Amino acid sequence: MQLGPLQLTVRWEVRQKQPPLLSALTLLGALAMGFLWVGLVFFFLGVDPVFALRKIFVGSFGSVYGWKESLTKGIPLFLISSGLCVAYQAKFWNIGAESQLLMGAVCSTWFGLHVGASLSPIVGIPLMFFMGFLGGALWGVIPAILKVRFGVSEVISTLMLNYIAAEFVSYLIVGPWKGTTKYGYPYTDDLPKHLLLGTIPGSRIHYITLFLGIVISIALFILLYRTKFGYEVRVVGESPEAAKYAGIDFFRTSLLIMIISGGVAGMAGVGEVAGIHHHLSYPGNISAGYGFTAVITAWLGRLNPLGSLIAGFFFAGILVGGDAIQISLRLPAATVHIFNGILLFVLLVGNFFLNHRPLLQLHRR
Amino acid sequence: MAGKSLLKKIQTVQMEKISKYFQGVAANRNIDLTIRGGEILGLLGENGAGKTTLMNILYGLYRPDGGRILIDGVEATFRSPRDAIRAGIGMVHQHFMLVQNHTVVENIVLGDGEAPFLFPQRAVEQKLLKFQELYGLKVPPYARVWQLSAGEQQRVEIVKALMQGADLLILDEPTSVLTPLESRDLFSILRRMAGEGHGVVIISHKLEEILDLCHRVVVLRKGEVVGEADTKGVTKEELARMMVGRSVVFSFDWKPAPKGEVVLQVEGITVRSDRGTVAVKNVDLSVHRREIVGIAGVAGNGQRELVEAITGLRKVESGRIRILGKDITNQSARVIHAEGVAHIPEERIRFGTVPNLLIYENAVLKRHHFAPFSDVLFLDYSEIKSHAVDLVEQFTVAAPSIRVPMKHLSGGNIQKLIVGREVSAGPALLVASHPTYGLDVGATEYIRKQLLKRREEGEAVLLVSEDLEEILELSDRIAVMFEGHIVGILNRQEATIEQIGLLMGGVRS
Repeated sequence: MQLGPLQLTVRWEVRQKQPPLLSALTLLGALAMGFLWVGLVFFFLGVDPVFALRKIFVGSFGSVYGWKESLTKGIPLFLISSGLCVAYQAKFWNIGAESQLLMGAVCSTWFGLHVGASLSPIVGIPLMFFMGFLGGALWGVIPAILKVRFGVSEVISTLMLNYIAAEFVSYLIVGPWKGTTKYGYPYTDDLPKHLLLGTIPGSRIHYITLFLGIVISIALFILLYRTKFGYEVRVVGESPEAAKYAGIDFFRTSLLIMIISGGVAGMAGVGEVAGIHHHLSYPGNISAGYGFTAVITAWLGRLNPLGSLIAGFFFAGILVGGDAIQISLRLPAATVHIFNGILLFVLLVGNFFLNHRPLLQLHRR
Repeated sequence: MAGKSLLKKIQTVQMEKISKYFQGVAANRNIDLTIRGGEILGLLGENGAGKTTLMNILYGLYRPDGGRILIDGVEATFRSPRDAIRAGIGMVHQHFMLVQNHTVVENIVLGDGEAPFLFPQRAVEQKLLKFQELYGLKVPPYARVWQLSAGEQQRVEIVKALMQGADLLILDEPTSVLTPLESRDLFSILRRMAGEGHGVVIISHKLEEILDLCHRVVVLRKGEVVGEADTKGVTKEELARMMVGRSVVFSFDWKPAPKGEVVLQVEGITVRSDRGTVAVKNVDLSVHRREIVGIAGVAGNGQRELVEAITGLRKVESGRIRILGKDITNQSARVIHAEGVAHIPEERIRFGTVPNLLIYENAVLKRHHFAPFSDVLFLDYSEIKSHAVDLVEQFTVAAPSIRVPMKHLSGGNIQKLIVGREVSAGPALLVASHPTYGLDVGATEYIRKQLLKRREEGEAVLLVSEDLEEILELSDRIAVMFEGHIVGILNRQEATIEQIGLLMGGVRS
């Protein structure tokens, strides 16, 4: 930029430390900018921005209903994003959590319909979660093997497996698994009553999965920062060469990472089927893109499972708030996407400012 | 042709009161430096003394926080290397910046603004011939860069700078990748360039080459000029004292000692390189207790593959490797480590450390898997931290705290921590690859002493180095590798630098 005979240049210097106060201020600053921008969008849509923003707030964190819904939508995000933290710390770019969730849903539905009917809930529900874990883990292990044995980029393979899983689910519900009690709708039959997950009265919060989500986040935090395996995951991610030097088995580590990451996504699928829908239906119904939203929340949480817990809850609130304005202001569905996009954008920009310090230099030309 | 000068040469470059700070730390403080045309100036200093920073300022990569640059008495401001190049300043970095898959001519054309748009190769080839005639700068114009030796690549970089009109050429640690012979060639090229009126600045911490090549030397320490001298009137010891701030030992107290039982036994191993060619051919080697065996050779003659085979990082095609009689051929790095082999790796930052992890996490890399640092599942962080504190103290690692990322340490301190980590494992065999490469005098001295200490304590050391003085000073026996073979094993008493040099070049007596 030129100012008369002077020239202004900006350079970005990496910040070595992020003090908590600065983190809080950038977060607040980013949100303020985001809401200002969103308000502008509302203004041009002919909606009173103050009214719309209040609706969003009331719809998400400003009402009991909002809290309940935010927690409900947070459950799959907690599970998936804490698993993704593990994968991403090893720089294993799993963007297939959506399909790992679906495969978990498929396996647990099969179990619930065919095996679980004769089991008591005490045995049946844990086994159902285990089946979900297994489904997600098996689906997650495929790209790990492809990567280590054949050098296939996991970005491509995990992304493509999303389509395969979605089509597979669609095939099941219109084909072999189509329910006999569903009046021709493409759903499977409902799971047996005693295997459905209980909810907190007056809400859709399936508390078993919520509990699992929080416990698993904490467990994965401990795994990453306190165990030998977590140490090896971080070494592999930071420097594959140093990992080789340290005698870390890359194949074994990659497999375990994807078993964990895929498995917990599969458990999220169990929660959606047994806690919310009670049967398997269209992929888009089972998951509102949680596998992709969780990518964002894992990063916003700085790849720390506990951080992703907070980020997941916050983002669930944004999803719910978006739903609220869509319904109450009769805005087109795309408005919600714009709204989410803007917030993600300002959060990422805020993150950049948190990590970099601008250095302004004035000098003579 | 020599009379027809290519350009008007720079007479003097003055840097006045140059200061540069990185996050409050002074890399350069009030530095005055004058560089004259026709003169070879040595810029001497330990790692982190600010040599490279100062030259990066002159080359326009950094802007100084204070001070100014005068070229032939006129103030110049460089916003980028482009400005510096236009002013006639060229720089050859320590790590070459060439496109590996392109030919020499293509690489040179990339930086040549005057080359014609169509068929530029021919014009460049003409110029190449001219430089060859003027300075003896021989480069094969149509070879691809990856096929060239380090010395040839460096010549390409020099030619590139000259083509861009460099009157003043800065070379950052130019001999660090060269064989002794290649260094000699480089020096004669630089002398001829100076004879033609070019200014040359050499950044180095090698005292011999500064004394051999330069007319004048400026010594930096901790970002400041601490001395300046004509190389005619100064000794190696005086320069070393200026550079380090104290006296330095140049010959170690090497005492003969009876060697003990065999620790490492390599029997006829054959190993392939990454490209699939046979890099180690039927090599036999043994290292005993109370012995340092040095492996000399020009880089790329199989030393790296040999070391990787011994430490479990590379598969052995045929042959056996034993440690204390136990067969460890093709075992994993972890098993071999558990059998008593420690390894100071060649690329210390890439392999030996995880730059973004904290110092204490790096202090147990590879040993994290063993007691007392972990049990079946969990790491014992209090044990790990106290071990890290011990290492930092015992091996004099200059670190603000064990809780900072490894990347904040200087090269010498990183290597001290690696050496400490590997030595403290109490290995039967220590494999050290280029342990002092690129380190300053102080750290080099320290690490060589540590290797000798291992020997005195009765353990075995396998030392791979391209630094012949290091090999000669430390080793009991010296094995020379050439094209994958060990072409000679000499005893300390009978080895001379000339003899090793010949063997390194594949000449058998």
